[in-house]
Amino acid sequence: MSKFKKKANTKQDIPTSALPDIIFMLLFFFMVTTVLREVTINVKQRIPEATQLRKLERKSLVSYLYVGEPKKVEQWGSEPRIQANDVFIEPSDVTLWVAQEKDKLNEVERDQITIALKVDSEAKRGLISDIELQLRKANARKLLYSTILELE
Amino acid sequence: MARNKGRENPEINSSSMADIAFLLLIFFLVTTTIANDKGLLIPLPPDPDQMEDLDIKIPERNLFKIQINSADKMLVEGEPFTNDPKELKQMIKDFVNNNGRDPESSDNPQKAIVSLKTDRGTTQAKFIEVLDNIQAAYYEMYASRAGVATEEWRKIIDNLKEPDNRRLYDIGRGVDADGKAEYPMNISIAEPTKIGG
Repeated sequence: MSKFKKKANTKQDIPTSALPDIIFMLLFFFMVTTVLREVTINVKQRIPEATQLRKLERKSLVSYLYVGEPKKVEQWGSEPRIQANDVFIEPSDVTLWVAQEKDKLNEVERDQITIALKVDSEAKRGLISDIELQLRKANARKLLYSTILELE
Repeated sequence: MARNKGRENPEINSSSMADIAFLLLIFFLVTTTIANDKGLLIPLPPDPDQMEDLDIKIPERNLFKIQINSADKMLVEGEPFTNDPKELKQMIKDFVNNNGRDPESSDNPQKAIVSLKTDRGTTQAKFIEVLDNIQAAYYEMYASRAGVATEEWRKIIDNLKEPDNRRLYDIGRGVDADGKAEYPMNISIAEPTKIGG
């Protein structure tokens, strides 16, 4: 009997001293990849899929417009709206918005501004083409339709 | 000696360290949006008010017309098109590379224009799907001319500052005597119609 008792006395703890290190590693990964949300998106965003995606190299030159049906339908109606920096704007306000976005950039880089349009799949071309026309008038002529990669 | 009995192993209790790290980890997990800065890049034409109103006649044969109505139905070269939009890729390649063989199709790649016209009621999803296939046709032509894979080509054109990429870019698009591209990506996105229906 005494023989068995002695064996049972061996340590049975799993060493957990490395656990914080593992967690920290995960933590750092997420801290590095995180982009904190700057705006609360108030429109539905079912981003369409495509295959020929291009990547934007300079994120500082990109400004975002969100287009889609408002999430609060009872307040804003169900017609797709344009959202820029937390507020809904009309197509005619896009020129002004582009001017404001350009002011944030360095003077030499202002004509390189890229507008990323995050458009809901169900939005209609009419509204989008109104935006495009305003962008042309504002001389912001690099346009990116945000899409996600279509897996075949 | 007796006093030291209670603290033989001076250790900081670090068992709650993991909990603290977990808390931070969960915070970042929740707030994270992995940035999606990818999409279809298109250049827009200049301001219509400042463009000279030139009435340029483009021969019918140099236009590849794609029309989409408000019910997302397509007309390609005037004929109803109900097939998979992926088939547009091959049609556009044949059209661009015609070089005057077929009298109904383009004179040469430089003059070939793909025209995409939608209605105001066309959904963005359909528009993106068709635009994606048009761009795919061109990217695939460029990539095969430069001898790289299509994905590789898109990476090359995203970073033209590298001299090596620039060289491949010129091979892919071809440069004629005037310094213009032999295979320009002529995609014309016309202003939508207001017919609806």
